Amino acid sequence: MAEHCAVIGIGQTKHRESRRDLSMPGLVRDAALRALQDADMTWKDIDSIVIGTAPDMFEGVMMPELWLSDALGAAGKPIFRVHTAGSVGGSTAVVAAHLVQGGVHEKVLTLAFEKQSEANAMWALSPAIPFQPQLVAGAGGYFAPLIRSYIRRSDAHPDTGCMVAVKDRQNGLLNPNAHLHLDLTLEQVKASPMLWDPIRFSETCPSSDGAVAMVLVSDKHAGRVKNPAWVKGTSVRTERTFFAGRDQVNPAAGKLCAKDVYGEAGITNPTKEIDCAEVYVPFSWFEPMWLENLGFADEGEGWKMTMEGKTALDGEMPWNMSGGVMCTNPIGASGMLRFAEAARQVRGTAEQHQVDGAKVAVGHAYGGGSQFFAMWVVSSER
Amino acid sequence: MNEILSAPYVLEYTYTRSTGPVVGRFLENLRYEVLEGVKTADGRVLCPPLEYDEEGEPTTGEFVPLRPSGTVKSWSWVQEPRKGHPFDRPFAWALIQIDGTDNAMVHAVDAGKAKRMKTGMRVRLRWADEKNGTIRDIACFEPIAPFLPGPVHLEYDVNPGKHYTAYLRGLQEGKFIGGRDPEAGKVYVPPRGADPMTGNPTSEYVEVADVGVLTTFTIIRIPFEGQKLTPPYCFGAIVLDGADTPIYHLISGVPHDDIRMGMRVKAKWKPQDEWETSLENILYFEPTGEPDAPFDSYKEHL
Repeated sequence: MAEHCAVIGIGQTKHRESRRDLSMPGLVRDAALRALQDADMTWKDIDSIVIGTAPDMFEGVMMPELWLSDALGAAGKPIFRVHTAGSVGGSTAVVAAHLVQGGVHEKVLTLAFEKQSEANAMWALSPAIPFQPQLVAGAGGYFAPLIRSYIRRSDAHPDTGCMVAVKDRQNGLLNPNAHLHLDLTLEQVKASPMLWDPIRFSETCPSSDGAVAMVLVSDKHAGRVKNPAWVKGTSVRTERTFFAGRDQVNPAAGKLCAKDVYGEAGITNPTKEIDCAEVYVPFSWFEPMWLENLGFADEGEGWKMTMEGKTALDGEMPWNMSGGVMCTNPIGASGMLRFAEAARQVRGTAEQHQVDGAKVAVGHAYGGGSQFFAMWVVSSER
Repeated sequence: MNEILSAPYVLEYTYTRSTGPVVGRFLENLRYEVLEGVKTADGRVLCPPLEYDEEGEPTTGEFVPLRPSGTVKSWSWVQEPRKGHPFDRPFAWALIQIDGTDNAMVHAVDAGKAKRMKTGMRVRLRWADEKNGTIRDIACFEPIAPFLPGPVHLEYDVNPGKHYTAYLRGLQEGKFIGGRDPEAGKVYVPPRGADPMTGNPTSEYVEVADVGVLTTFTIIRIPFEGQKLTPPYCFGAIVLDGADTPIYHLISGVPHDDIRMGMRVKAKWKPQDEWETSLENILYFEPTGEPDAPFDSYKEHL
């Protein structure tokens, strides 16, 4: 890359089931202003804006980037939207980083948002299109069979998903911006109702309203703050939903994305060289599945790391320090929240959920039918 | 025995009411959807206007135009409306302070549910369709919500395409049609025009069985918007014999606790005279009773 890229501003809204106190422009502006303040910048300092949100049917707003441009100070500046389903928050940040690294812009505001309370994602996912069989399952119903396959393939301990649900909610208690603040015991999670067998109610993410923004700059502006997070690697990979022989549990695109981003960041042993990771886990069982997919564990072994407590905040490899998607899920913003939390960790600004001495962190997002992947590696050192 | 005598009796008469200069003007204005308050000698604004205020002083006769909205100061929920009430559905009686006034008006709030009522909530005035110069020219008040309905309505013509049409025509005849790239040999059900792994056209149509392996599944126990079935029900991935990709369908005819990965299942078709160009010709898949397929035989389909 021609230029180094640093994250110098991070802002997010308080996430809630409903932010009807704010319009959509008000919501994105709240996050953007916090990021600008964090970067010690004003709207005038920004060269371009990259915005991401989930598919249009999730909110029923076509081309929100045009409607929201005034709220984001974009008059007379380039603004465009990235569009990769649930992984969009991640790939939006990657595009923004590329604009800086490619020398196109020096100071980029990137932002992702969702107001789930204004729509119904379950409806948007199950349209009754003529000739097509209706997906009679909703989001959880699509992923539950994959989880069943994972459990069978790896012979995983049946409590693994419950352990993740307890751990991520404990972390969420430390995050004042998180939507859910739930102090749950393992017994409570195990006793919660089955929604999409084998996924229990307490093993699923909520529906949230919220936004997150970051300011990404080139080398010469990084000195505005004393603790920039340096972008050491970025990657985006995609595969089709269905093809013969597709491994849906451990998708090739996810493995390639991880391999690519580690290569760019010069990481050969993720478990040794990465201090913590913020990974897109909308159903708790995806923690062990992605531990394997992203190379933190051998195939079939991910659940053991979870069961041994290694992914806890005080464990060897903390995952989802902020409480993750399990506590906060404004779909379009969920990926960027992961990327932002990774950057907060290496900046040392993660407050109550800070991992002591974190220097290298991974942010990850996925979307669609486990088919869109985006990752970045950030570091406290350039 | 001397039973006590009883007969219905209605006392009813329409009196004439002189409304006076203050209340009269207020009520007359309601006919024209104009809401006004009256000023008191000490500078307060009252709506509904009074001729004499609670200090016993005559009000000034100076009227002030008001915005037809206000704030609920107190309320009481009427779960079972009575005859003569403004609604035949549950509503609230409330004390409403009209914006720009210093007193409160008793009126109905059409909130639908008690949980929408809150002291301090904002309400707007709803005018009655027919007006006759009474307080009922104000039909009621309704909650002001900081959001609007945003309807979306799009109309499409859907053409399923050549290959999907071949699949649907097959279903109409009780057959499963797949498509195959002769070189790679993988059979896609439904056919899709090209093998995504090779990029080659799937130039051959092949018929596959209506029997196969249930590779994985979920039991759905959650209701959601647009759902046609009543939970719980089982939704599974089935790789039909001769196919290389799964189709998704309901699994039934077996207790949920007995459903297993690797179970052999067959299509339960509707009566033939109901067949259309639709996968709904199949009601569900049910066990064949054959031994389960070994895990290794279907693990590449997970």
